Amino acid sequence: MKLVDEFRDPELIRGLAARIVRRATRHWTVMEVCGGQTHSIVENGLDEVIAERITLLHGPGCPVCVTPLETLDRARRIALETGAIVCSFGDMLRVPGSRGDLLGARAYGGDVRVVYAPLDAVRLAARTPERPVVFLAVGFETTAPAVAVAARFALQQQLENFHLLVSHVRVPPALEAIASAPDAHVDAFLAAGHVCTIMGTAEYEPIAARFGIPIVATGFEPVDILEGIAMAVEQLETGAAKVEIQYARAVRPAGNPIARAMLAEVFEIADRPWRGIGVVPRGGLVLRPPYDVMDAARAFPWLEDETSTEPQQCRAGEVLRGALRPPSCPEYGRRCTPDHPLGAPMVSSEGACAAYFHYRATSLAP
Amino acid sequence: MCLAVPGQVCALHDEDGVRLAMVEFGGVRKRICVETLPDVALGAWVLVHAGIALQQIDADAAADSLRLLADATARSEEPR
Amino acid sequence: MTTKLDVQGLANPSCPAPTETDRITLSHGAGAGATSRLFETILWPQFRNDTLGVRHDGAVFPAGPAGERLAFSTDTFVVHPIEFPGGDIGSLAVHGTLNDLAMCGAEPLGLSCALILEEGLPLATLERIVASMAQAAAAAGVAIVTGDTKVVERGKGDGIYVNTAGVGRVPDGRVVHPGRVRAGDAILVSGPLGDHGAAVLSVREGIEFDADIASDSAWLGGLVEHLFNAVPELHCLRDPTRGGLGAVLHEIGGAAQLAIEIDESALPVREPVRVICELLGLDPLFLASEGRCVAFVPERDAERALAALRSHALGAHAARIGTVQPGPPRVVVRTRAGTRRLLLLPAGDPLPRIC
Repeated sequence: MKLVDEFRDPELIRGLAARIVRRATRHWTVMEVCGGQTHSIVENGLDEVIAERITLLHGPGCPVCVTPLETLDRARRIALETGAIVCSFGDMLRVPGSRGDLLGARAYGGDVRVVYAPLDAVRLAARTPERPVVFLAVGFETTAPAVAVAARFALQQQLENFHLLVSHVRVPPALEAIASAPDAHVDAFLAAGHVCTIMGTAEYEPIAARFGIPIVATGFEPVDILEGIAMAVEQLETGAAKVEIQYARAVRPAGNPIARAMLAEVFEIADRPWRGIGVVPRGGLVLRPPYDVMDAARAFPWLEDETSTEPQQCRAGEVLRGALRPPSCPEYGRRCTPDHPLGAPMVSSEGACAAYFHYRATSLAP
Repeated sequence: MCLAVPGQVCALHDEDGVRLAMVEFGGVRKRICVETLPDVALGAWVLVHAGIALQQIDADAAADSLRLLADATARSEEPR
Repeated sequence: MTTKLDVQGLANPSCPAPTETDRITLSHGAGAGATSRLFETILWPQFRNDTLGVRHDGAVFPAGPAGERLAFSTDTFVVHPIEFPGGDIGSLAVHGTLNDLAMCGAEPLGLSCALILEEGLPLATLERIVASMAQAAAAAGVAIVTGDTKVVERGKGDGIYVNTAGVGRVPDGRVVHPGRVRAGDAILVSGPLGDHGAAVLSVREGIEFDADIASDSAWLGGLVEHLFNAVPELHCLRDPTRGGLGAVLHEIGGAAQLAIEIDESALPVREPVRVICELLGLDPLFLASEGRCVAFVPERDAERALAALRSHALGAHAARIGTVQPGPPRVVVRTRAGTRRLLLLPAGDPLPRIC
């Protein structure tokens, strides 16, 4: 695959790993805040090849993991009680809510369907005017534009049966929260490359400056991730604390202004609870007028009464903030496994707990 | 976030007022919304996620980057 | 701007426990963890017997005074959509059961065909499916010798479900099943993985793609006989259908109580299938193939087996992908970065991801 395979070249991987280990004069801790990067790191064992000098931490970069319990429970109730078609990305279907997951709702009569694109949910609404269609809109700023496009189309087509259950989250406030949390020891961040293709890198400048911490907008293939780490290490070794772009082929400093304008048209920033972490001020997006007409809470007013108590901070929160390595959680590998997850980070293939589970057979001797 | 894949624009058209592109990904073709890249041209490389184009890919920048990395690996030198 | 976290909540951490399900969910049919558990907890305790206990694709049992053995297998097909690039539910059903017999080393004697038709299914559709079944059976030189037809009310049947069962004769001396696998055995696949799974996905509602992909659904009996001629002592065969190669490696490793190591870069996967997997966040290791087989052969026979596969039309792209290792059952993948990682079975059917 062009523009993908070249960034998986084993020789380049080896060369970059060696470069990082040679350049680092002491041990550094680098955190990535992107589930896609977590997955790539685990899949390729990248943290192993640089373990001598670098500790890679996984932050709350899994939007699936941080979707509030309440949102899931509301989606499930809509599916079970209203005859609406609930459309969702596949990622969300097995995340445990208070009483079960969305996939399980099908066994009880809920019409839950997987879509690849939010626009497909809108097209479905156009084809089935007699039934409400509710799209569960989760994801970071990478995914929000796809939802914005869908919302604009729905409004333009005057589709009154299309609704959005919005739970978008924003990365920079989370990064700030981690940088300022007392128990996180992060020397540098890898910023999620695909979020940056939309948002650019300007938002990270004040964070880098305030905390004196290098931030490198990094891609997803093994070569990208290692190059991003190499750039971070170079900054750390020279005492710099800048925002840099590793993923230059897709990230421009200004991002995608048209996509950002769409986001501003459809959404506004709001405080949002992140599952397992708590309320992150300005950590989410909500629909703004005139798009708020398609908020699921308008179609189903009882939604506001459906509240779920997040059990006292689940340990998932500590994992998501990089304060707890999953193997240290008492339930890890015991009551909590990918087959039988207790919390969201064990469900999503990108959650840190699920990612670590792939190493669980202790170290694989060569 | 997360899964986005590079593909090449091989056709462009409007449908119901929405700008769409047929994007080719190595033997697979999918209709993608390019409202976020209204000036995208035929033959351009784009990064696709959840049915939309996130950004145009600078294939030259990619090639340069790979060349630099390959050189650095060959020379086994310290970085810039 | 500072961010306040609920630090007090950290004092008493606890995790929400998920509800145990008391109903069948889609995961139970995915051929992975939940399916095994269903078998172990509900089916096995009731049906328990030695033949079933072998846990191979088909049952092999004695059938005559001179040590003749028969193989018997059944499979039900519920694929949706019922017609897809490269095949349909009918040809799939014929190939599927014939292949299960082939995986036992058996030569097929006859097939049964049971149809469950939904009220409202167009007759023209049924004709196409049945013609397809006849063609598939004829190509294998096997007759459909008995069957059944039922009709269910509209809304209760998804168009058509097909069950096929097959009986075959196992030649003397042939013993192929997971119990024969040994540490050091070479693991071969007869061709590229996941074409069928990708082809079905490409026409499934909600994620349509236009792709140069067709299902690989095919009868494997000819290829398997060819392989037996070259390597009579081969240890085990399995076709990577639901759950893909990943599920096969887990099942065989588990049944043989041995570990397996495979090389990621040795796995044959056609580019369009790789692309679909990249786009949807799926792993080709868990996509179904319906016309490929995985062979476990003694190391000394590996080259000869590979040559035999490659000399047959269906095995042109056969490859060696790994080796059986001593030790407790686990499946390890050697990555392109030179590291090793565990391959775990997914909880259920792989779902398209964006993340």
